[in-house]
Amino acid sequence: MNRIFAILAVLMVFSQAQAAKTFVYCSEGSPSSFNPQLATDGPTFNASSHTVYNQLVQFKTGSTEVEPGLAESWVISKDGLTFTFKLRKGVKFHSSESFKPTREFNADDVLFSVNRQRETTHPYAKVSGGSYEYFQGMEMGKIIKDVKKVDEHTVQFILAQKEAPFLANLAMDFASILSAEYGDVMLKAKTPEKMDTAPIGTGPFVFKSYQKDTIIRYSANETYWKGKPAIENLIFSITPDASVRYQKLKAGECNLIAEPSPADLPAMKGNNKLQVFEKEGLNIGYLALNTEKPPFDKQLVRQAIMHALNRGAYIDAIYMGRATLAKNPIPPSIWSYNNSTQDYDYNIEKAKELLKKAGYPNGFETEMWTLPVSRPYNPSGKKMGEMMQADLAKVGIKVKLVTYDWPTYLEKSKKGEHQMIQMGWTGDNGDPDNFFNVLLGCSAVKAGSNLARWCFKPFNDLVQKAKQTTDIKQRTAFYMKAQDIFKSEAPWATLAHARVYRALSGNVTGYQIHPFGTENFEKVDIK
Amino acid sequence: MALSVLKKFLTVIPTLIGASLIAFALIRMVPGDPVTNLLGERGGDPAVVAEMNQKLGLDKPAWEQYFIFIKNACVGDMGTSIVSKRPVSEEFWSRFPATLELSVVSMVWALVLGLPFGILAALKRNSVLDYAVIGTSLIGYSMPIFWWGLILVIFFSVNLGWFPVSGRIGIEYDLVSKTGFLLIDSWFGEGGFLAFKSAVKHLVLPALVLGTIPLAVIARMTRSSLLEVLGEDFVRTAKAKGLSHYRVVIIHALRNALIPIVTVFGLLFGSLLTGAILTETIFSWPGVGRWLVKSVEARDYPVIQGGVLYIASMVVLLNLVIDFMYMWVYPKMRSK
Repeated sequence: MNRIFAILAVLMVFSQAQAAKTFVYCSEGSPSSFNPQLATDGPTFNASSHTVYNQLVQFKTGSTEVEPGLAESWVISKDGLTFTFKLRKGVKFHSSESFKPTREFNADDVLFSVNRQRETTHPYAKVSGGSYEYFQGMEMGKIIKDVKKVDEHTVQFILAQKEAPFLANLAMDFASILSAEYGDVMLKAKTPEKMDTAPIGTGPFVFKSYQKDTIIRYSANETYWKGKPAIENLIFSITPDASVRYQKLKAGECNLIAEPSPADLPAMKGNNKLQVFEKEGLNIGYLALNTEKPPFDKQLVRQAIMHALNRGAYIDAIYMGRATLAKNPIPPSIWSYNNSTQDYDYNIEKAKELLKKAGYPNGFETEMWTLPVSRPYNPSGKKMGEMMQADLAKVGIKVKLVTYDWPTYLEKSKKGEHQMIQMGWTGDNGDPDNFFNVLLGCSAVKAGSNLARWCFKPFNDLVQKAKQTTDIKQRTAFYMKAQDIFKSEAPWATLAHARVYRALSGNVTGYQIHPFGTENFEKVDIK
Repeated sequence: MALSVLKKFLTVIPTLIGASLIAFALIRMVPGDPVTNLLGERGGDPAVVAEMNQKLGLDKPAWEQYFIFIKNACVGDMGTSIVSKRPVSEEFWSRFPATLELSVVSMVWALVLGLPFGILAALKRNSVLDYAVIGTSLIGYSMPIFWWGLILVIFFSVNLGWFPVSGRIGIEYDLVSKTGFLLIDSWFGEGGFLAFKSAVKHLVLPALVLGTIPLAVIARMTRSSLLEVLGEDFVRTAKAKGLSHYRVVIIHALRNALIPIVTVFGLLFGSLLTGAILTETIFSWPGVGRWLVKSVEARDYPVIQGGVLYIASMVVLLNLVIDFMYMWVYPKMRSK
């Protein structure tokens, strides 16, 4: 008898739950943590920084523009070294079974969140492994000299050097604001790591539970400072295989699927029960030529390669037309994009002529490393390599295709062992510096992200100058000039800016693709 | 008997040391390191990378890292995952029940169908049934698992809607997992029978896919092994004694034919425990196989060495059980 009552009770609860709007997102992988400070992967950011947390400033939904988040306003000092933020009042942290906040968000939370990553003596510095790859990768430890609490609702960042992209950096995932009070409570309870597994934030959704590699559950934050989200329950159903995600979408088990396979897109578009959204991605796929190694140390050889590659054909064959041909290192959606750059046309004769001038009338033999993983910026490195190999053979360059598994590829390329290498990049913060300096700056040669190993003073000077001024007009002028230099020096063959796709069930409204490829469910609704 | 059991237990120690050493050495011999992988396309300033390596203890000589690992493993501490920053033991034990549940159900159905079909095929040698069993098992054995799984999903889940596409239980059941085995948790949990039914429905297709190859192997092995035994002198003697056909086949022949089947069963079950990577991927099954493969891709050293040591212990333990089963099936072994 008890059992029957139990079943009836469950049925009733379930029917109520069905009445409440539940949105199921079929994600591509498990989060590595629920603290975005500790991670570098998209699944973690989707599961934490955009759902549970907020940042001081944030990217406007669907764009790279920075808007106020937990900071209502900010002032930048004339010397560009002091950023003063006025914090929003009345923002509440989530509650859970083990934590009931007694106060609202204030300056202590900002200090706690930044200092955990910055100070080695912070009580939380070593919790959960204590490595903050993103914070360190963005060199925030070097950039921030000090963080001060001016009053309960004012914080000041003192920088060690001028850093124009600093504001955009603060909108990134690792800059999420955690609760200092929760930190104290967990420290006293001797369970500090709970902060990273059972997150408490100020964001649109409250974390409920996580079944490893299977399901993450959230409920709407009733007291969200921007207003309660339209959906009541948010569920991440972790589904690593793209074709299975598509089957789940068709079977009605998901409302939104992550990274649909390009091969499934035509069928998805033809299905009137589904919606397919697309957006220009904030990415670049490229072929870097190692300028430290002959013959790629010669500008003429690099230019010859630009003319020899039929890049337009790759857009059709590799990206299936779902990308735009790239001519600059930054995508057109980023400010300072130079539209007047003269691109190299596909011209075999010209390529041969340039090779002859460079002293290689019969071409040469070389190696090309093909990307071992499928990335939005290059879905099939091997196929692209084969097409490039055929193109370069026409001008006498004999290319041997080489590849390694991803970690090996990264390690070897970082040491500069390659000659030609396929790579790509998806922007972090929409700032041009995040492309020019990270991928082509002189300091990036040492860091291993400048794969052309191209340290060209005139270019680098412009990029460094642009980094040190906050005047957008001036910065744009520097970057425009830098793009011209880049093009004529040709350290990369710029290949494509791939579009980003998402597939949704027909009843979803209010969804927007974010150019960074991450998800935001704040405004999503189900009809 | 007691001495032979003790001897068998003692052989476990060098096996486990060997397994841990191989796992430790192999992953370090492969190029690529966890920090570079975490930083991805971004790269990192060499000073920052060195600092991170130092924090992770990766700057120490390899032999020292190995001894630290073994010393800690002896007291049950397998280290902390570099990617998730959680203890390896917690990560392993939260996933292992899913793998074990799926493996057990797959092996049960492989046995329940494989044994009788193998016996029938052997008894009706050269009949239509025999050819059908040989043919079907050959197809089952050579079936590409990923393709087979997707075909079943498209047919039974998308077209017919009988079974869910993936996962372990319906999203409407937010179970507090006590044992990690969802069949048990759902039966005793607040979801009651409906939750249990949902867990069973989620288990059908993955178990079907994972059990396909073991089923084919068991059916073929049973058939060939039984045929061999049926031709032996003692079977002829049993028949000549006038024993019933049932007694000759089941009591005399099958018991002897079981020895190679038990061996194969142990090997198959061991291989399922090491992770049914493809099945786990298709059905988003949160088991250890997928977890370990992801860890190799990420060069998550503590997870690989800890995970391999755990699984090696399971397989060794399973083999011990199989050895004891031999003694039960084949009394001659007891004295050896």
